[in-house]
Amino acid sequence: MIRTHQLHMTWPNGHSLTFPNIDLAQPCTLCLRGPSGSGKSTWLALVAGLLSPTAGDLVVLGQQPQQLTQAQRDAWRARHIGFMPQAAYLSNALNVQQNLDLVAYASGLAPSASHQQHLLQSLHIHTLLQHQVANLSQGQRLRVVLARALLLQPKLLLVDEPTANLDDDLAHSTLELLMAQTQEHSCGLVVATHDPRAIAFLHGQAQTLWLEPQS
Amino acid sequence: MSTWRLAWQYLWARPGRTSINLVSLTLALTAMLVVLSLHDQIRHNFERQLKGIDAVVGAKGSPIQLMLSGVYHLDVPPGNIPLQAFEALKQHPQVARAVPLSLGDNIAGYRIVGTEPSYLDIFGAHIGQGRLWQANMEAVLGAHVARSTGLGIGDSFVGIHGLGAGGEAHDETPYTITGIAAPCRCIVDRLVLTSTESVWQVHDDLHDITDLTPSERQALEGEREVTLALVTYNTPLAALTFPRFINQTTAMQAASPAIEMTRLLTLLGAGSRLLEGFIAALLLVAGLSVGASLASAVAERQGDLALLRMLGAPSQRLVRLLVAESMWLALMSLTAAAVLSQLALFGLQTLLPAGAMPLWQAGVWSATLLWAPLATLGLMALAIAVPAWRAWKLDVLLLLQRN
Repeated sequence: MIRTHQLHMTWPNGHSLTFPNIDLAQPCTLCLRGPSGSGKSTWLALVAGLLSPTAGDLVVLGQQPQQLTQAQRDAWRARHIGFMPQAAYLSNALNVQQNLDLVAYASGLAPSASHQQHLLQSLHIHTLLQHQVANLSQGQRLRVVLARALLLQPKLLLVDEPTANLDDDLAHSTLELLMAQTQEHSCGLVVATHDPRAIAFLHGQAQTLWLEPQS
Repeated sequence: MSTWRLAWQYLWARPGRTSINLVSLTLALTAMLVVLSLHDQIRHNFERQLKGIDAVVGAKGSPIQLMLSGVYHLDVPPGNIPLQAFEALKQHPQVARAVPLSLGDNIAGYRIVGTEPSYLDIFGAHIGQGRLWQANMEAVLGAHVARSTGLGIGDSFVGIHGLGAGGEAHDETPYTITGIAAPCRCIVDRLVLTSTESVWQVHDDLHDITDLTPSERQALEGEREVTLALVTYNTPLAALTFPRFINQTTAMQAASPAIEMTRLLTLLGAGSRLLEGFIAALLLVAGLSVGASLASAVAERQGDLALLRMLGAPSQRLVRLLVAESMWLALMSLTAAAVLSQLALFGLQTLLPAGAMPLWQAGVWSATLLWAPLATLGLMALAIAVPAWRAWKLDVLLLLQRN
């Protein structure tokens, strides 16, 4: 699923990051850990094809994203990678349905209608489609964001700090939801977190990649 | 979801700012359309009426006033000229046609013009219904006058003394309508035409000049006057010598409408340039406001734009989204400005006297007005440049690093 070898990223300002090797052969769950500044976001961006490494090998879902053109990388990411940003980010300018429609707009791909219906019902958000985002509870927002990430049936879901700022109950149910949905859709899962509750939840269910703090 | 629909959603997610942008753009474009329309139509209408009129001969005074009163019926004439002088004018070897005009009365603000049937020929106008006047106190209405007053063939009316409303009515000498001119989109539409003798008769009756001895009658006929004459040359060379001949050897003046119109438009042009400068400033301010608004929209919406990139949208799609937003603004403000400018022109029409030539009208669209959409496109291109660049260079990692 993801294989890295001597992966290295140097920023134009000279700051550089070196990442440990990893080789995940099949759809599984990875817990990406490390303190702030250790490069969790950069690692996610590299895997999503948003950044190209300055050195080393990176293979994601059998593809070396850095060898694709920008347009090819965008299309590849749209088709194969799902993403859940921090704080269950949704556009406040749009309602729930329109937020979900962004997936088709951005990717140029139409989600399968039956998959979409199943997804909305299993996440209990099919009744919220015309709601304004500002009126959603935190739990509802999380479900909408998860639905958006899974609409195109990606093979890999990247999740950035899913439990930050959530109370214990909601953090727990969010992680359960993530695990259940990725298993149901046979989708690999990478959770970048430094939340002890998420780490504890994933312990025993996920492999861990520890990123060292770097100067 | 299409780019247009998404852009529409984003636009109205900030209704306050969008409304301010719309209002400022609409006002600037309305002003631009009104000035362009006025400039274009006034010039066009001035020029259109001049065909077939090489000189206006009348009493000495302001040549522009003579032209405005004699050709466009926008001003009062500077005075009268003796009938004998007019008859002499007709005999001048360089004059192919001299048509007398006698002004002095009106009906509902429309001027009653004593003249000859050849006046219609100058403008290529003709009778639409009925017939020309033949006897004294018969009159032909212009098409607009007939429509506006509701008068028809066989009806009678009395003239009001003077060229504006509020004068004394000539109750003793009513006119009878014998014909209505076909619409010609020329000054004839707004005039009441009759014979020169009818105008004299009305004023003879007004001054109770009815019971005259033959010698008194002869003396009166010798003192007859007309207001002015519209002259057509029989040779282009006359343009060089005829006005000088009239101005230097007679008590009259000859004004060349082409020259006077150029002078007038030059005078108007100075004011119009000032107005154009003001409108350019308005447009620039509106453009800057839209630019600043779109730039702040990009800043506020960085998360959305980064998310779109994350979901696979190429950078050019983000730029297209901003372009669509600016195009919506342009389209809405142009539509509103088109409507408002026509309403403004309609309102400004009421400033002109009823009987004057309509120098501008609502509902007249000319190619010059295409400058408005072109200016809007230019303005939008200017406004979108910086926001588009920011969207293009957007750092997607922002989304990954949000707290």
